[in-house]
Amino acid sequence: MPTFGNTQLKLLEKLCNAIAVSGEEGEVRRIVLEEVELYAQEVKVDALGSVLATRRGRGRNRLRVMVDAHMDEVGLIVVAEDGEGLYRFESVGGIDVRHLVGKQLFVGKERQPAVIGARPVHLLKPDEYLKKISLDALRLDLGPGGKAKVGDRAGFATRFRRVGPSIMAKSIDDRIGVATLIELFKQAPPNIDLCAAFSVQEEIGLRGAQVAAQYFQPDLAIVVDSTPANDLPLYDGGENMSYNTRLGLGPAIYIADGSTIHDPRLVRFLQETAEAEEIPYQFRQPGGGGTDSGAIQRSLAGIPTVSVSVPHRYTHSPVSLARLDDWKNTINLLHAALKRITPRLLSAR
Amino acid sequence: MTDILPFLKSLISVSGLSGYETPVARLIEEKWRPLVDETSISRVGSVHGLKKGTGQTSRPSLMIATHMDAIGMQVSAIVDGFLHIASVGGVDVRVLPGAEVTVHASGSGEEMPAVVVMPPARFLPESARSGYPDIRYLLVDTGLLPRDVERKVRVGDLVSFANPPIDLAGDVISGHSLDNRASVAALTACLEELQNKPHRWDVWAVATVQEEVSYLGAYSSAFAIRPQLAIVVDGGFAKGPGTNGWETFAMGKGVGLGIGANIHPFLHARLKDLAERLEIPWFVDVMPTHSGTDAFAIQITAEGIPTALVEFPIRYMHTTVEAAAVKDIQRAGRLLAEFVSALEADFLDTIIWE
Repeated sequence: MPTFGNTQLKLLEKLCNAIAVSGEEGEVRRIVLEEVELYAQEVKVDALGSVLATRRGRGRNRLRVMVDAHMDEVGLIVVAEDGEGLYRFESVGGIDVRHLVGKQLFVGKERQPAVIGARPVHLLKPDEYLKKISLDALRLDLGPGGKAKVGDRAGFATRFRRVGPSIMAKSIDDRIGVATLIELFKQAPPNIDLCAAFSVQEEIGLRGAQVAAQYFQPDLAIVVDSTPANDLPLYDGGENMSYNTRLGLGPAIYIADGSTIHDPRLVRFLQETAEAEEIPYQFRQPGGGGTDSGAIQRSLAGIPTVSVSVPHRYTHSPVSLARLDDWKNTINLLHAALKRITPRLLSAR
Repeated sequence: MTDILPFLKSLISVSGLSGYETPVARLIEEKWRPLVDETSISRVGSVHGLKKGTGQTSRPSLMIATHMDAIGMQVSAIVDGFLHIASVGGVDVRVLPGAEVTVHASGSGEEMPAVVVMPPARFLPESARSGYPDIRYLLVDTGLLPRDVERKVRVGDLVSFANPPIDLAGDVISGHSLDNRASVAALTACLEELQNKPHRWDVWAVATVQEEVSYLGAYSSAFAIRPQLAIVVDGGFAKGPGTNGWETFAMGKGVGLGIGANIHPFLHARLKDLAERLEIPWFVDVMPTHSGTDAFAIQITAEGIPTALVEFPIRYMHTTVEAAAVKDIQRAGRLLAEFVSALEADFLDTIIWE
């Protein structure tokens, strides 16, 4: 049985606080390598920076199972110096500009503190106030004399915290998947070859996963991500019909998203595992979004894939929120599923 | 000059929304007690610290006012475990999506970390989808289950900004509520300097309540104290990205001296001459009619009080990342101390209009 305690929580904290914007995933890569090195028979860092670790099982007719989680997060990149500690920037991955004003960030490998402010409301004309500010009007402010380099990445300065049944942190998408995969890798069962892909650049086009699938050439793939829970009340009190997933109902099994129709055999297999092990689970509402499964499924001659997500609220914003129980149940479900995989899983569709 | 940064950071880390200033009032009174002869709390919660002068009895008095209240939010409804909020004072709603806040839960007496949330567009009415939604469409998530939220939080509970202050390059501090806790720090630095500087006049250090909503503290303290003169310390607008108009001044380049109908011209001139002599860089901040500060209230209290305004530039005012140069805050404190110690016994007789 996988453990779920302080060690796992401290690892998740370290992962969420690290800044690894798509294209510069180093800070998380280092943590991952440190964690998996001792457990892997093979570890390599590929041409894009993904960590590919293999743990072979024992016995005959083992399936090669690729489990993928992405290390990168959405963030900002410095594009020009404006003088006096002010820098122009662009976004990397999908960030709503309205989440940027009034936030504290860290810039570059040295994590220099910076803020993004706005023209004070007192000095605006009345119709200017609620209009969305365009990204090119904003600046990273390191303070006079502050020095950043063009090309430095920047991420939110949010500190991970545990609050009652929940955690509040940045980049729960997908550090919670990375932490899950690390745990699964450490507890890998003997009936499969476990190919762990800690991919880069998911947020900007599922690019690391595509390459990782080519390398591993697995029989099937499971993607561990974190999907939005839009389980908020509507302003008019109406019924919420597009919640996607809900917090507290357990790991979300994907049926279909914007890039993949998940393999029905694997979807059914996960559902059966959850029921047999009495692990709560939910189905993610079909449609929209996407995970690394989109790239993996169409690699090579096609790879059966399924995605499982830990639900989280407030995606791609300074503070996301997830339930610890949902995380625990996701680890338990996947661990149990990996143990039950046999070649028969991929027979009749 | 003493290091004001530690006290300033502690001021920003304690709550004190307009109307609910008690936590920060306690901190200020405790800090001022060893620096003055008497401390007291006004009928509506302002902190008064009297440092007596060396002159004969019936000394004239100078009131230095800095508002201690901060803007923030209040719980206006609880729905499915989420909180709706309303503004207390002029909150800039553009900083709210994703903002870290503290819910002061009266049901359980806890200070809960929470986050302000902007719902997805499809959950909002058409009119609120582009641009920043009005505060009534935002939610606050405490991370707790609905039944616990209902037990612990009540309508009316305060919600304050929770991001910690940070040090930027160039000795600039950034955080919420520099307006006007930084002025309280400047006034405190002035009191500390006055420990070693004799002064004839009585000095009333006042931390006023509710400047952000009604100037209540300014009116009531000015009336209770009835000083002969008053100086208000507050934040001015610093130059910054997209902010370069005539109302703005470079951060780190000196203190602002208000001028306009709300300010007594003789006091303004006196402060200016003093700054020149002390080689404290200064700039003139024009306020055609209304200073937008406690000075507006104090000037017309009782039979009227000659009032001046000393400022230091704050970038991104009323946001969670207000920024100011520590040097400017120190300069303001020093100018105040020097002004106090230079006040002659017969200063009032020398005030002329032309």
